[in-house]
Amino acid sequence: MFGYEFMREAFIASTFIAITAGIVGVFVVSRNMSFLSHTLSEIGFAGASFGVLIGISPLAGMILFTMVSSVAVGSLSTESSRREASISTISSLFIGLGILFLSLSSQSSSYATNILFGSIVGISAKEVQQLMILAVVVIVIIMVFYKSLAFDSFDHIGARAAGLKTRFLSVAFLITLALSVSIGSQIVGSMLVFVLLTLPGATARYLVHSVPKLIMVSVGLSLAGVWLGLYLAFVTNWPVTFFISSFEVIVYFLGLSYKNWKLSH
Amino acid sequence: MIEARNLEKRFGKQLVFKDVNFKINDGEFISLVGHNGSGKTTLVKILMGLEKKSGGDILIDKKQTIGYVPQFRNIDLDYPLDIEQFVRLNLKWKLSPEKRRKDNELVNEILEKTHLTELKHRPLGLASGGEKQKAYLAQSLLNDPKILILDESTASLDVEVKMQLMDLVQELNKRFKLTVIFITHDYELSKKYTKRALFFENKTIKPISINDVSEDMFELGGR
Repeated sequence: MFGYEFMREAFIASTFIAITAGIVGVFVVSRNMSFLSHTLSEIGFAGASFGVLIGISPLAGMILFTMVSSVAVGSLSTESSRREASISTISSLFIGLGILFLSLSSQSSSYATNILFGSIVGISAKEVQQLMILAVVVIVIIMVFYKSLAFDSFDHIGARAAGLKTRFLSVAFLITLALSVSIGSQIVGSMLVFVLLTLPGATARYLVHSVPKLIMVSVGLSLAGVWLGLYLAFVTNWPVTFFISSFEVIVYFLGLSYKNWKLSH
Repeated sequence: MIEARNLEKRFGKQLVFKDVNFKINDGEFISLVGHNGSGKTTLVKILMGLEKKSGGDILIDKKQTIGYVPQFRNIDLDYPLDIEQFVRLNLKWKLSPEKRRKDNELVNEILEKTHLTELKHRPLGLASGGEKQKAYLAQSLLNDPKILILDESTASLDVEVKMQLMDLVQELNKRFKLTVIFITHDYELSKKYTKRALFFENKTIKPISINDVSEDMFELGGR
């Protein structure tokens, strides 16, 4: 399958996406931000269609919208009780805008489908390069703040007690999350990017008990999912997203069963 | 030593306390006593620099690190980290292998001190209430604090487990000259482990001998 250039590009792009999403996902799950990451992907859709409308790249539109909205949601939801309501409020606004932008632009509906559900054929060498750079940016940010971010994500109260600047960490993380959503959407689509941002990280929690191991397992499951998905999509001509999400869901339930089995033994 | 001179705190127009004068000596084990909302946690936050005072002075050696053991944590059954990894969250990132080795030694030493060595691989989510409190305590000890603040850490524990935890704190207090500030609603524990208390009442705080504390000072609600 690597005889085809588009497959090589898709393979490289999805490898970077999987590594980024696998790392970020561990923190998404432990910070209870699964719902937010889902919403950000919907907002990403609005951003992409905005990009199409004004003639910039969909990726740039996505980054713009997800960043602005993630920081907005972050500052609106300092009270955890208010978080769900503010996420819903912001996402309603952006989904409405996304539909408006798409109807105003002259792109066909298949273009919208690509943004929403992903595509392995649509990615160019230049886009792959952009993705790689963004993925590296995300990974570097996480590495720089790794210790504090881990402390804050796995024990927010303890981190505050130890004097960590948790507000700053929260904003820094929201920005990396926004970037990760934008990157991930390129292959799996904005509707399902949250699969990669939540399921491998959630599954890892049932299997291992330290932050570095959680990251390794999450990245491993994420990579396995996209590689297998790409291969099966190539062979069957079915959508890649279907295979990735099915794989991650199955592994999630296996992980959950393993944990329950271990508890009863 | 910690010293308050005419310390005052307000939130907007609302007075929390004023005319507060007390000293806490190094290595002392002292209770903070008073009904809910009387400002115990606020005082502790001022000590830690998380909250600003509105007036007066609080003198505390900046070099004295403070370990704070909060009352609540969000640890549910699915919490993934084991006890050792949870404790290690409070370590800084170290590149040099030598420093990392020292960190490992420190973690082992603290797990030993807090009697957690044998439990270190137990997922924290599955640990008992007492084991969790010990883990919180161990984590806050990583900074090598000179002052330890326990914020109602014994509140939800069985009597026996409470005693075990307090015995441990007392041991740390004696062996390492650790100043311990114990926020509590537990009359018996306060009597048993501390010699003095800071009593929060009528918008002020008074240092009193533990012999002068009475059970009604520990009521949860206001009077």
